[in-house]
Amino acid sequence: MVTTSDLWLWLEEVSDPEIPVLTVVDLGVIRSVETDGKNAHIVITPTYSGCPAMKMIEDQIIEKLKEKGVDECTVALTLSPAWTTDWISEEGKNKLREYGIAPPENEPDKTVLFAKPTLVPCPKCNSSNTRMISLFGSTACKAHYQCNDCLEPYDYFKCLR
Amino acid sequence: MNQAHVDFVLRIADDSLILGHRLSEWCGHGPVLEEDIAMTNIALDLIGQATSLLNHAASLQGEGRTGDDLAFLRFDREYRNLLLVEQPNGDFGMTMMRQFLFDAYRTILFERLQSSSDEMIAAIAEKSLKETKYHLKHSSEWVIRLGDGTEESHARIQESLNTLWRYANELFYTDAVDDEMRNAGILPDLSDLRQQWENTVNHVFQEATLTIPANNWKQEGGRKGMHSEYLGYILAEMQYMQRAYPNMEW
Repeated sequence: MVTTSDLWLWLEEVSDPEIPVLTVVDLGVIRSVETDGKNAHIVITPTYSGCPAMKMIEDQIIEKLKEKGVDECTVALTLSPAWTTDWISEEGKNKLREYGIAPPENEPDKTVLFAKPTLVPCPKCNSSNTRMISLFGSTACKAHYQCNDCLEPYDYFKCLR
Repeated sequence: MNQAHVDFVLRIADDSLILGHRLSEWCGHGPVLEEDIAMTNIALDLIGQATSLLNHAASLQGEGRTGDDLAFLRFDREYRNLLLVEQPNGDFGMTMMRQFLFDAYRTILFERLQSSSDEMIAAIAEKSLKETKYHLKHSSEWVIRLGDGTEESHARIQESLNTLWRYANELFYTDAVDDEMRNAGILPDLSDLRQQWENTVNHVFQEATLTIPANNWKQEGGRKGMHSEYLGYILAEMQYMQRAYPNMEW
């Protein structure tokens, strides 16, 4: 007999293909899980419209739940409410920091043009003397920063809300 | 099927698809690595938006076609994108100017479309707006950096503005499709769209020390499927595989 708490637990074994240190649960892309005791229905939401990892996340969820003995597993995609970095768990933020990626800061609204770049402390040495290199980084969800003190170049998981 | 509804969705979808394709042409050719990555990231967002929008248009049509069919199997006259987004990349400044004129418009459009009575459109707008805000921040900062930069960067981006300005008026094109969508509550009130857009654009151009050209020549036609010569070349490249090997998948 499969329960929803089983499903949540098992989904924590599915990692994000682009940031493997995070599980799909940490990332907050799992919107709902349902089960009738044998089959499962999972609803996920993309981080960005063009996120190329969505298909892979879907396949990995199905594979994992099959492995755990779920009969039939369906995965649906929803766009609303739109994903926000506020849904990344506290544990997820700590994992990001340990991995060398600065977690999202509390940023002002992007519609304010001419705002100063967000201050993002270095995940290596914790210095606040850092600079933004580019608003866009190695994946859609990250920006590129560098620490002026320890010189570490690092990714910043940019705030999306 | 409601033809106006389909046309309305295609107009937004095709803007995303064609501009996304144009930006993707920079992949591996950016002036610096960071900008190569930025432009391809923005391209990815736009193509992602286009995927959602084209899937929606296909389901509204209800003829069993998919979003992919709409992207890869329509001819140029069936495309509804703005002339602005199909213009060639030119130099980096030209690409940023094209992007800025578009982003300033897109941000307002998506803000409003969040209250569309078409729930799928509202959801796509809510999602896309978060991305578009980043795009606008990026393009407006470059317009300022280049305009208020060196003598050469200023002259070149002013020239880009002079070239692209004739296509800006089409951002505010409306016809019977818009009227019908407004009556159905699918398109919220956009009567102050131009004013809002001008506020952003004038503010940024002032910082960038750029001058809006006096020449008032306006070019339009994209919303009706009348395109510049450039769209055909884009489609020839984008659709080649699907035309040469029908129904292929990979």
